[in-house]
Amino acid sequence: MIRFAGVACLARIATAAALAATALAASGAGIAPADRRSGYAMMAPETRRMQDDDAENPGMLWVLDGRPLWTARPAPDAASCAECHGDAETSMKGVAARYPAFDDGAGHPVDLAQRINRCRVLRQRQAPWAGESRELLALEAYVALQSRGVPIAIDAGPRMQPYLRDGRAEFERRRGQLNLACSQCHEDRWGLHLGGSVIPQAHPTAYPIYRLEWQSVGSLRRRLRGCMIAVRSEPYDAEAPQMIDLELYLAWRARGMTFEAPGVRP
Amino acid sequence: MPGALAHVVPPKARRGEIVEVKTLASHVMETGYRRDINGIAIPRDLVRAMRCTYNGEEVFSAEFHPAMAANPYVAFTTVATESGTLDVEWTGDNGYRATASARLEVE
Repeated sequence: MIRFAGVACLARIATAAALAATALAASGAGIAPADRRSGYAMMAPETRRMQDDDAENPGMLWVLDGRPLWTARPAPDAASCAECHGDAETSMKGVAARYPAFDDGAGHPVDLAQRINRCRVLRQRQAPWAGESRELLALEAYVALQSRGVPIAIDAGPRMQPYLRDGRAEFERRRGQLNLACSQCHEDRWGLHLGGSVIPQAHPTAYPIYRLEWQSVGSLRRRLRGCMIAVRSEPYDAEAPQMIDLELYLAWRARGMTFEAPGVRP
Repeated sequence: MPGALAHVVPPKARRGEIVEVKTLASHVMETGYRRDINGIAIPRDLVRAMRCTYNGEEVFSAEFHPAMAANPYVAFTTVATESGTLDVEWTGDNGYRATASARLEVE
């Protein structure tokens, strides 16, 4: 009897393992390139129009603030962004679509906000801007605007591989009291509804975004934090390595898709 | 000065044509009814009014109230009469003032 129970128990474990393997395979397969869609495609026509028209896109208010931050010196003895990088319209074209990227000085991948703050600390000798601060988001939005229409192109070379792998593991790991992985919603159930909202595929094509819910521009980190809290897990710190790995994996997953910052999302 | 944007669509128009003016102002539009996580009331901070002049003549004005979204977007139409500028001015609580202007060419 005891032996029988043991066998039944093992059988159950085997079934569970088989189910888990199927789930992993389904998630691991990802979304076929032809089926990939930006969150833009799933928005209401009014919201799409808001993003398309620069006269209506509130993200342009951040771009407006970002332009002088690019050209003006942060201090009389510190070079401005423009003094080293020149005209952003040419020098920054396509740059945001390549981030997160490996930073030789840091020895690990950094996202665009970290890249801006590293320049600010190491080259301009200024205090870094706080995460989600108006200045940081404004300069990020201004730089990101220059990559509008450019395909996302993430370096997936050998030195990026461990970080991409970690990012993917984060994406597929169940977390929080709801015990949900990112992939369960954004790969297995995209297009369905969660409450009244369509579940998008989680492609970071438009960051920084103006999110109507926030009434403000915010970063991908802020968005990820929102999702982590929503599944009732402890969110990572904004600059935790896991957060950057996740940003990196998501950007790599969206490789080839058109960059559309500053986006508008519901 | 806080950021604000104004666009005229189309920027070049025939005399007598109806053009649309689209405006955005950077503002939190704090209602004064909300409380922070410690239960302390967040003071009201609103844009109270906006005004648009076309070559000095007022063509549109509006009063703003709570329950309007942050970074308010206002669009209105006017008739293109002569080439010139549309100057928009927003005023509000705590000495808020923002301006934006757009050029309109009339053929």
